[in-house]
Amino acid sequence: MTVDLTTTYMGLHLSSPVVASASPLTGRLDTLRQLESAGAAAVVLPSLFEEQIEHDANQYTRLIESTAGGFAESADGFFPGLDDYNTGPHDYLRLVTEARNALNIPVIGSLNGATLGGWTRYAKRIEDAGAAALELNVYFIANDPNVTATEVEDRYIDLIERVRGAISIPLAVKVGPFFSSFANMAQRISSAGADALVLFNRFYQPDIDPDELVVAPNLTLSRSDDLRLPLRWIAALFGRIEAQLAATSGVHSGIDAVKLVMAGADVTMTTAALLRHGPRFVKEIRDGLATWMVEHEYSSVEQMRGSMSQINAPDPSAFERHNYMKALTTYAS
Amino acid sequence: MSHLMVDGNEAAAAVAYRLSEVVAIYPITPASPMGELADAWAVAGRPNLWGSVPSVVEMQSEAGAAGAMHGALQGGALGTTFTASQGLLLMIPNMYKIAGELLPCVIHVAARSVATHALSIFGDHSDVMAARATGFAMLASSSVQEAHDMALIAHSATHSTRVPFVHFFDGFRTSHEISKIAGLTDADLRALVPAGDVLDFRRRRLSPDWPVIRGTAQNPDVFFQAREAINPHYDRVPDAVQSAMDRFFDQTGRRYHLADYVGAPDAQRVIVMMGSGAGAAEEAVTKMVADGAKVGLLKIRLYRPLAAAALVAKLPPTVLSIGVLDRTKEPGAVGEPLYTDIVAALAEETAAGRTAWDTLPRVSGGRFGLSSKEFTPAMAQAVFAELALSQPRPHFTVGITDDVTGLSLPVDEDAHHEEPDVVRAVFYGLGSDGTVGANKNSVKIVGEAGAEDVGGQELYAQGYFVYDSKKAGSTTVSHLRFSTRPISSTYLIQEAGFVACHHFEFLFDRDILAVAAPGATFLLNSPWGPEEVWSRLPANAQRHIIDKQLEFYVIDASRVAAEAGLGGRVNTALQACFFKLSGILPEREAIDAIKRSIRKSYGRFGELVVERNEQVVDKALAALAEVAAPSVVEGTQERPTWITEEAPDFVRHVTRMMLEGDGDLLPVSALPVDGTFPTGTTRYEKRSIAREIPIWDPDLCIDCARCVIVCPHTAIRMKVYDPAFLEGAPPSFKSKDWTGKDFPNSVVSFQVAPDDCTGCGVCVDVCPAKSKEEAKHKAINMEPKLDHLDVERPAFEFFLDLPEPDRAQVRVDNVRGSQQLQPLMEFSGACAGCGETPYLKLLSRIYGDRVTIANATGCSSIYGGNLPTTPWTTNAEGRGPAWANSLFEDNAEFGLGMRLALDQEIIEADRLLTELADQLDPGLVAGLRTGRRADEATVADQRVRVEQLAAALSGLDDERAAQLASIKECFVHKSIWIVGGDGWAYDIGFGGLDHVLASGRNVNILVLDTEVYSNTGGQASKATPRAAIAKFASGGKPTGKKDLGMIASAYGDVYVAQIAVGANNTQTVKAFHEAESFNGPSLIIAYSPCIAHGIDMSTTMSHQKDAVDSGYWPLFRYDPRLAAEGKHPFHLDSRKPKIPFSEFAEKEARYEMLTRTNPADAERLMALAQDDIDARWSLYEQMAEVDRQIPGEEVEEPA
Repeated sequence: MTVDLTTTYMGLHLSSPVVASASPLTGRLDTLRQLESAGAAAVVLPSLFEEQIEHDANQYTRLIESTAGGFAESADGFFPGLDDYNTGPHDYLRLVTEARNALNIPVIGSLNGATLGGWTRYAKRIEDAGAAALELNVYFIANDPNVTATEVEDRYIDLIERVRGAISIPLAVKVGPFFSSFANMAQRISSAGADALVLFNRFYQPDIDPDELVVAPNLTLSRSDDLRLPLRWIAALFGRIEAQLAATSGVHSGIDAVKLVMAGADVTMTTAALLRHGPRFVKEIRDGLATWMVEHEYSSVEQMRGSMSQINAPDPSAFERHNYMKALTTYAS
Repeated sequence: MSHLMVDGNEAAAAVAYRLSEVVAIYPITPASPMGELADAWAVAGRPNLWGSVPSVVEMQSEAGAAGAMHGALQGGALGTTFTASQGLLLMIPNMYKIAGELLPCVIHVAARSVATHALSIFGDHSDVMAARATGFAMLASSSVQEAHDMALIAHSATHSTRVPFVHFFDGFRTSHEISKIAGLTDADLRALVPAGDVLDFRRRRLSPDWPVIRGTAQNPDVFFQAREAINPHYDRVPDAVQSAMDRFFDQTGRRYHLADYVGAPDAQRVIVMMGSGAGAAEEAVTKMVADGAKVGLLKIRLYRPLAAAALVAKLPPTVLSIGVLDRTKEPGAVGEPLYTDIVAALAEETAAGRTAWDTLPRVSGGRFGLSSKEFTPAMAQAVFAELALSQPRPHFTVGITDDVTGLSLPVDEDAHHEEPDVVRAVFYGLGSDGTVGANKNSVKIVGEAGAEDVGGQELYAQGYFVYDSKKAGSTTVSHLRFSTRPISSTYLIQEAGFVACHHFEFLFDRDILAVAAPGATFLLNSPWGPEEVWSRLPANAQRHIIDKQLEFYVIDASRVAAEAGLGGRVNTALQACFFKLSGILPEREAIDAIKRSIRKSYGRFGELVVERNEQVVDKALAALAEVAAPSVVEGTQERPTWITEEAPDFVRHVTRMMLEGDGDLLPVSALPVDGTFPTGTTRYEKRSIAREIPIWDPDLCIDCARCVIVCPHTAIRMKVYDPAFLEGAPPSFKSKDWTGKDFPNSVVSFQVAPDDCTGCGVCVDVCPAKSKEEAKHKAINMEPKLDHLDVERPAFEFFLDLPEPDRAQVRVDNVRGSQQLQPLMEFSGACAGCGETPYLKLLSRIYGDRVTIANATGCSSIYGGNLPTTPWTTNAEGRGPAWANSLFEDNAEFGLGMRLALDQEIIEADRLLTELADQLDPGLVAGLRTGRRADEATVADQRVRVEQLAAALSGLDDERAAQLASIKECFVHKSIWIVGGDGWAYDIGFGGLDHVLASGRNVNILVLDTEVYSNTGGQASKATPRAAIAKFASGGKPTGKKDLGMIASAYGDVYVAQIAVGANNTQTVKAFHEAESFNGPSLIIAYSPCIAHGIDMSTTMSHQKDAVDSGYWPLFRYDPRLAAEGKHPFHLDSRKPKIPFSEFAEKEARYEMLTRTNPADAERLMALAQDDIDARWSLYEQMAEVDRQIPGEEVEEPA
């Protein structure tokens, strides 16, 4: 028996719901090619960080200007004059174009802006560079006590609307789960023009080195258990908002993909497993998904999608608060 | 015809590069930019005139560059090189050869003073004059345009005559002046350098296909004749050069002759000169002729071979008195070179009857402009005034006051004023604030503006920039001229119609507005607005504004820049204000032009930077405000001085003048005759440049002394003392109990010198003690200086008066102990965060009272020995480091010579002591004989014995007693340290260094390895690591770093240490002691992070940990004494690399830049760099296990 793994994500026809998410592996042509040959249905390139561009530009300007013109013997500074310090998005845009030209699968650009102007400007340039779609990587830590939840949410919606207005390619929005009413926020994001929601952004959580007394950002890769959070919300949102749903975080096996598709995911995005096992691990996930479906006599991803969503699950309340209390009680016993 | 806005260096290099196939380069100020441009153009693939990219190769010295060029010429490649000063002198041996072999080439020289009593980077003709006998033809340029034009004429004539050329122009005045010039096209170059000439040259190349032999050795029978055989070639040069000039005129419309005369056709008084001074002289002549004076100027172009007939023929037949001005000094000669040449030419031509006069005109010789001393039209008028006398002085100087030999001419500075149609603007800025860069842009904006942009007539523009001698917190003065006619003023602006002060504090440091002309516009970057600023001005500034009726504007450019996200970069805001106020361009056009310029200048940094600068322009114009100045002076503040009556006479009378910017006014008698200066003068120059200074929190301090050992400027000090000394301390003076067991019941104070600190933050970065409650608070923290000055100033004064430790009691061989010793190097002008100075400061603490230092030219000789003030200082007994700089290339030999002298002195003293022993106390004699040891207790005892010896000798009636008394100090242990950078040790001085290492003599060599030629602006050396970008390696250094430590270790009997004080304080201190105690040559290679690495300079010490942890900079010591004890002599002091090289490199712009500009090359070179590290570590690990026999007798210090 063969199964139909194809899916459609933001109008892009994909060979399966297994997509390689943004990571160093999607930042190089050689590994991008490996991902494609291993069966990745699409790739999301690493994010273009506006803040990084700005930082680099400022640093180089400061470096060159502050070291030149101060001393007669080094009147021209301490570095050879260069025509371009490539602080802008050139390298990233070149990657978009090269990836688009080198691969047959869709290449999705990713953007992390810092200013409204930056979001729209770079979104357009990523589109112009040939991206099949754009994923907005909205990474905002709402740590200002004077900023209300409404202001934060409005800021999201404003930038999504602006970017939507600036580009014509499909638009996905990757956000974190930390909203008082996430379902409402998802609805607003969808209404603002997002073709898909990518759930969820894994905020890099800081750590503290108690010996050195420094804050030490420490990137930890996701585990399978991490899929529970997106699973809950995908299941909750499936069929209730217009935007499509992409699951990211915790996709480490075919079974993980199965669960998320059942919850309602149109695509499942994987990063940590590929970083651990290499680009060719895409095939393991894809094959795992297909094998499970064969074994359980599912004919297509389409058939399976949302079958265990909140609206379709036999016990919808299990996705709600009751689930939490019960789990804890069980664990304690 | 296209116009270019370039400086003299670029003007010359743009021609030389296109006409060359091999370009041999080596850095030397002020010629380095020519080599840098050539390297950058080659890396960018720019072709020469014939379509191929020249080979640009950096050599180990100018001697090497000349040798490589010589070989290239023999091989049939068109060659060129660029140099100045000592560099040209190093080329002289090859120049004789190249000329003797008639190999056509051009050496472009940015003429600079040759070091004599002192080094000077500035311009005069002493270098080219030293090379005038080599057989090279010499062609002089006197402006940027001429540097472009004569470069081509030189390249043309060298091929048509086969005689090699030196083309020279004045260092800085021409090499660094930006001016609008007419550019030469490739067609112009082709017209002047015919293909046939090049083919002829190639046909003569050395080849085994038509073998010949050159460079034979000849005997008395033929050498002389062979030398004369060359004569016809020289005879042809003047005509060939004139022919080239004529063809040049046909091609470009610019007319030159071997010598050009300007002035009255019936002039009676004529100045003869060459170089940039001619610009000022011509202005004087033009004005005087307009006033009816019969004066003229003869500008010499072709100096060698001197075309006597052509030259004399240019003089008006009416001339009665000639003043020949030389920009050089030749002590002992009858006159300077150009003078004697002119006298001889006149005599020959007159004797031959080829002149209009029967008797020789009177000829006087004058020196001017040594080391870029200003030469103004007023000075030229002073020369003409002298020539008008019935008996002018045969020899004179102009531009100084010579009250010793009375040679100087009086100058009436009011005799000449610049023409009113020239817009003149002077800007005072900080070296790091981009003022110079913005002004270079302004000059280019105006110079490149089309006629339609400026109201119908194109403008000419000139920019010249003056820097002070400090590397941290230096001030710059920009001199800009704009005019509708070409600008030939080759001197600083004396009356400016626009004066800008980019930092408010400058008003208190110098008389900023002295240069303002009556009615001038004054723009001040001020934190105070138009209402408040007046009361904040010092009184002298108010006086200028009122007396000269200045139009006074303020802008808070710092705020405008900060709000736009540009940090402290005020340059764009102030540039916009300048254009608005000066009215040089119509405002709208000016703003558009600035924005175009911003896009051009900042586009390479990215769109954001462009946009923010563009925003700043508009915001700045909105923030500009005129100040309604009151009519009476209200200010009371005057310029503070730190030089009190207690300061030495020299400081009060001489140093003070220099510090106040009045050094030009010092007469000859004020200066020493032989370059000998007192030390310890930086303490009188309180520059107070830091905005934040470190403030000590004794409650947290753990007494580790790391802040003290790393401070680059000796601005943090510690003293351990009896608490009884706290009596009388200022109320806020801080101390805490000392935790060391060496001095129980003592207290310690860590104290900042608030006006000497540069605010680099290195001390705070390394402080390990953090608050338990607030982790960001350390035992030392950067805080706003103004909040603490009132407390820290008196605290530092009190601290200085606390007793110094008893050196015999201090553990000088560890970090905490060594840092208690008095530093005898303080407050240098090195860069904030300098990685070199902590090593020298450590040296000064532990051996400063007994060390003589031979210092190679480089950063350490500049911050160590550049006037007006120098950092090496003395203790209360008057002892301190004795320091001397000879040259760049000879420092190891120079230091060895000092060792030989000391050894000889010791031999002599011991001999005399033996001879006089029966007249002296036997115990004293015995003590003296055994007390020449390095430990502090013995040194102290020996000093007492020496005093006793002096007393005893004074009572002896024996000539030998006087002799012994004169050298008695050598009974106390002395050491010789040879100090320099990697450019010296790895490259230009390596031969000498190697020889000294092999000498077995007891010298200590300290290499401050910044991995580039830091002082000349960051050119690559053989210490530069693979993959790093540097000047001369703008494509990334393709080869690995030379392993100097292993080379030295190979000798076996040399002590070698590789150290990094920021990574391991203890190993550093240990290495210094081991090197000093080793009775033979010692070499310490000290990692010295530098501004040229592109790192955060507050982390120059902590970053060294990454260097060591990555294996990039392994720490080791090789001690031959261990081999003698049967132990492994090589000891690795750092652990196996634990982070990849990339983790270290990503924090440095020198690596990052290549990743950005050429990712593929960067990836390849970075991988190779990691391989370098791996291979080196593997070798070192094996070295650590190697047993070694060191044959030979131990070298004994003469006893």
